[in-house]
Amino acid sequence: MLDPFLLPLLGGVLIGLAAGGLYLFAGEIAGITGIARIAMLGPKSAPRGGWALRGWAVSFISGLLVAGLAARLVLRADLVSGVEGVAPTALMVGGLLVGIGTDLGNGCTSGHGVCGLSRFSPRSLAAVATFMVTAGLTVALARHGDL
Amino acid sequence: MRNLGTFVAGLVFGLGLVVSGMTSPARVMGFLDILGTWDPSLAFVMGGAVLTATPLFWLARRRARPLAAAAFDRPPTTPIDGRLLGGAALFGIGWGLSGICPGPALVDLAIAPLAVVGFVAAMLAGIAFSAKVLRPFLDATQPPSGSAESDFRQVLVE
Repeated sequence: MLDPFLLPLLGGVLIGLAAGGLYLFAGEIAGITGIARIAMLGPKSAPRGGWALRGWAVSFISGLLVAGLAARLVLRADLVSGVEGVAPTALMVGGLLVGIGTDLGNGCTSGHGVCGLSRFSPRSLAAVATFMVTAGLTVALARHGDL
Repeated sequence: MRNLGTFVAGLVFGLGLVVSGMTSPARVMGFLDILGTWDPSLAFVMGGAVLTATPLFWLARRRARPLAAAAFDRPPTTPIDGRLLGGAALFGIGWGLSGICPGPALVDLAIAPLAVVGFVAAMLAGIAFSAKVLRPFLDATQPPSGSAESDFRQVLVE
């Protein structure tokens, strides 16, 4: 009965443990965009910060990549199904908008969604409502635009 | 020690994304496709994550400092402004076009590098462009939010 929901729920619990654990342990917000920016460019307060300031972020991203590698080696399922159906231009334009939008808006599904909502942040609630609406509209236009 | 801890957090986060189905653009598109054959199952990812993380953030709020760092990162508490909503709106459009958001993008890079390398490169370029060009430009032309006057102006711009 619970089948279609059980794995998403279990995955969500793992994500919540990682996000809450990261804050409790290292005091950092598990927003993937922010972490990627810190790994690439250093923290906002110290844009040229060296390994001492960026190491934790590089380590977190390495963990994400190792999780992907392990899943690829252990599981046989098609874990990225549907990616072949996305046009290359949609991937490029989508990637660019995701990067600009999450940096400008200070967070993505993980930073605003998981961490922000768990902290009862009004800013994050507003951001989540906004990106859910524009994402839904984009899919609706792309798939049913001729209706 | 601290970096080992954040590595483990990234590992668990990534495994959670794999287990939940968030690494599949087809699943994500199905979740976003409310007008079509809507698949609501991925709502349970956010639900499970928020339910689990909330008590941990609550515990953290009761502590003076994290277990392995000097201080907690405090995200901005500035008013909701055009930059926040405009950025979120752009992100949603990109997410809807591709079915990929930043966490799954990086996990997918390890699972199927050739399929998503273009997306990840564009995403990182977008982050760097916003951080190095767009935000400094906005800071120079509009005062950063925080004063009532600037927020009023940004609402008008929106």
